Amino acid sequence: MGYVAVKGGTQAIEASIERLKFERLKGQEVLDVEAIKSGMRGLIDQVMSEASLYDVGLAAIAIKQAEGSAEEAVFLLRAFRSTLPRKHVTRVADSATAEVERRISASFKDVPGGQILGASTDYTQRLIDFGLLSETKADALNFLSNYRSEDSTSTDLGALPKVVDYLREEGLLVLFEDDDQEPDDVTKMNLEFPTSRSTRLQMLTRGQTGAVISLGYSALRTYGAAHPTVGELRIANIPLYIHHPLFEACDEGEDYYIGDIKVTEVESFITTEQKNQLGKTDIQFSIGYGVAFGQNETKAIAMSILDKALQMKDSPLPVSNEEFVLYSIDTVESTGFISHLKLPHYVTFQSKLDSARKKV
Amino acid sequence: MFEQPVLKVEGLRKQFGDGCGHCNSLSVDALEKNYCTTCGTVYACQDLNFEVYKGEILGVVGESGSGKSTMMQCLYFDKEPTSGAVYIDSYKEGRANLFEESSQQKRYIKDMVLGKVYQNPIYGLRMNISAVGNIAEKLISSGVREVEPMKARAKELLEAVNIPTFRMGEAPKNFSGGMQQRVQIAKALSNNPPVLLLDEVTTGLDLSVQANVLDLIKEIQRDFGVSIIVVSHDLGVIRMLADRTIVMLNGKIIESGLTDQILEDPQHEYTQQLVNALL
Amino acid sequence: MKLQYNYAFFDEGSKREIRRATLKAVAIPGYQVPFASREMPIGRGWGTGGLQLTLSLIGNEDTLKVIDQGSDESVNAVNIKKLIVNTTGAPVTEETKEATLIQSRHRIPEEPLGSDQILVLQVPYPEPLRYIEPSEYVTKRLHGDKEYSGAWLMLFEQIMKHGKMATGADHAVFVHDRYLMAPSPIPRFDNPKMHDSEALILLGAGREKKIHAVPPFTKVESIAFDDYPFEVEQFTDKSCIKCGATHTFMDEIISGLKTVHQCNDSSHCLSRMNQEAV
Repeated sequence: MGYVAVKGGTQAIEASIERLKFERLKGQEVLDVEAIKSGMRGLIDQVMSEASLYDVGLAAIAIKQAEGSAEEAVFLLRAFRSTLPRKHVTRVADSATAEVERRISASFKDVPGGQILGASTDYTQRLIDFGLLSETKADALNFLSNYRSEDSTSTDLGALPKVVDYLREEGLLVLFEDDDQEPDDVTKMNLEFPTSRSTRLQMLTRGQTGAVISLGYSALRTYGAAHPTVGELRIANIPLYIHHPLFEACDEGEDYYIGDIKVTEVESFITTEQKNQLGKTDIQFSIGYGVAFGQNETKAIAMSILDKALQMKDSPLPVSNEEFVLYSIDTVESTGFISHLKLPHYVTFQSKLDSARKKV
Repeated sequence: MFEQPVLKVEGLRKQFGDGCGHCNSLSVDALEKNYCTTCGTVYACQDLNFEVYKGEILGVVGESGSGKSTMMQCLYFDKEPTSGAVYIDSYKEGRANLFEESSQQKRYIKDMVLGKVYQNPIYGLRMNISAVGNIAEKLISSGVREVEPMKARAKELLEAVNIPTFRMGEAPKNFSGGMQQRVQIAKALSNNPPVLLLDEVTTGLDLSVQANVLDLIKEIQRDFGVSIIVVSHDLGVIRMLADRTIVMLNGKIIESGLTDQILEDPQHEYTQQLVNALL
Repeated sequence: MKLQYNYAFFDEGSKREIRRATLKAVAIPGYQVPFASREMPIGRGWGTGGLQLTLSLIGNEDTLKVIDQGSDESVNAVNIKKLIVNTTGAPVTEETKEATLIQSRHRIPEEPLGSDQILVLQVPYPEPLRYIEPSEYVTKRLHGDKEYSGAWLMLFEQIMKHGKMATGADHAVFVHDRYLMAPSPIPRFDNPKMHDSEALILLGAGREKKIHAVPPFTKVESIAFDDYPFEVEQFTDKSCIKCGATHTFMDEIISGLKTVHQCNDSSHCLSRMNQEAV
């Protein structure tokens, strides 16, 4: 009964926390936060995306504190996020005019502006590079001084047309009215069903990476599958602006620039049948949308599948059930509740015992 | 014999889709089929009017897609009609259009005033709850808060539909299709509703089981004095059960009258085909 | 980069938002008020609902008591207490009578609470109908229509199967003849303490983002059939090996080959022992 011992619980807990610190430091190495920022891009991007807090520096500290556990680092950031007042809302950001780092399309070989591969592991062989064991700072500096940033291209990376625009011009897209409704904010409300699309997109983009990918995959491989084509995947640095606090109504010239965020944005094309004027059925395309902080390509693609699946109300796919998907996908909720099973449950168990023993 | 209408349906319409400039401008009869060729809007029920009298069985026959099941779904609030009214004489003296009642009142009506038996028993039964529990659910809805009287009443009803006593504590998921339908009927009857809605209740059952369920329905009608609407695509079923019959096609009532009359002297071309097929 | 946390962790806007939801919950006893549950420095499912209520309410005049499964020293109680104290400096007590704000998981203290006290309970599953109806969309409407036959049916089935009600903790209650409410997983033993309570009882579900409340002097009735009345856990012939109490909720402790019983509410037990010593 040491767990809930009437006396001594506090001391035991202190000792456990001490031990945790020991485990982090026992190798006698202190992990430099700058090193994490510079060399752990993948983990930082994942953690920022799940935390829905874009701050590379904070993410790096959280990763250090969490000893690299994504689950724990996200938890730290989310809790920190709760203490921040909401002071401004940015102007609507447009990825079409953002500076692109990478941009590929699986639907067209030649897209206007061309395929831009950027940085990706897609084209590597997954062989462990033992050379990294002996990599030195000098090697790094040497590489950097030889690396020519390819500006030989004539493409304007800040004005790449979107692939969807092409389909739209061809009349192959299901068209929708512009919807300028103020989006919901899932961090300031409880879910209400049926949900709005803005709610779903927010829940998905801050969803746990593994969960988003697995659920998206489930829609891809099962019966009644929604097999999309990646119309466009782009990784872009989007500048953010806020209104001048005193001159809300002023034109955009008065806005303040507050920095860039790097995002992965995916537009997937999924075929749908649409009745035309003559009562015949046309094949058209509709779009599944995915977006995530940082370079999170698999997650963003999976999100685009889920976005589409959640719009198919009568579909037999398990992931078309929004209560199932949206209630299961959040990392802080799922990991928190599963880990609470480690808490003592003496009282509830005693109550069950009483019911089990009560003879009729 | 049938002087007093128990249930009255007026101008019931149900469409799926918003319609368009083409079909909105047309009158009911101008649509050749039950959907608009321009926009694809389906007009499942188009201006249905009929009455059900005390103690009678009204048959509704038609092919699939004729709108008869949609009509039943509207009557039991499973679907919301586009327009129209339904009145039941024992509810607010027949003055309230049931479609316009609150969701709370609709629940009350479904528990106390109407009983429905679905073609697929998963819609009418809780498959994992005992047969007795299924009946008790209805009794609980009616306000009963004592266990033993509910058990007794449930057993009585289940006996009336020939469920053996030793199986009453079992969940319907373990029952055969015929037994499931009988439990559904017992459940629908729990609170002695004046009107029972039966939607293709024998479809998919073996012929001998079918005959058994049809006999039971006859018996129930006699013993409980309940008015029944029976929907079926099978004119044989209608012939067995119905005093009067309505024939539906493309969302419209094309013929109605005493069942014998319709069978002997069908007026509409479609009804003639149906009757000929039966012979 | 050294950052200071706010008083009681949250920014003031967040606290006000939580208090607004709380006021609504008090105004509609037993109704689950949705609120924008924040992520907390402790895990979802570890009492974040209760913690948010406590943090939104605590002020300079408050004395805090936190218990988990009846114990002030349980791991989670200690952890929660530490967070609150670190961000507020509030005085802490184990004495039920001294506390103005009591956060608890799965127990209501044995000592009757007074009108100057608030009890905050941590709630894992705020929806009493969830076992019968998986969809939130539907259960919301069932509450709206006061349609609780599903909950009665569950009890009926238990009686059919076992000849008795077989509920454990979290036995649902009707609050002021209107809403069916999950009292949180307190043992049935504690259900009657909610009825006509002098203290305000607030219930917070952080992961499920709901707050509900039992205001003082509210009728609280455990759901039960007329001919199968509600029963609390029985500890007949048992007494606490420490303080000798006979009418408290007790833990079973397996010590060597025999089973002994001990008060679950450790501070109540301790104060009884102290009294005897005097």
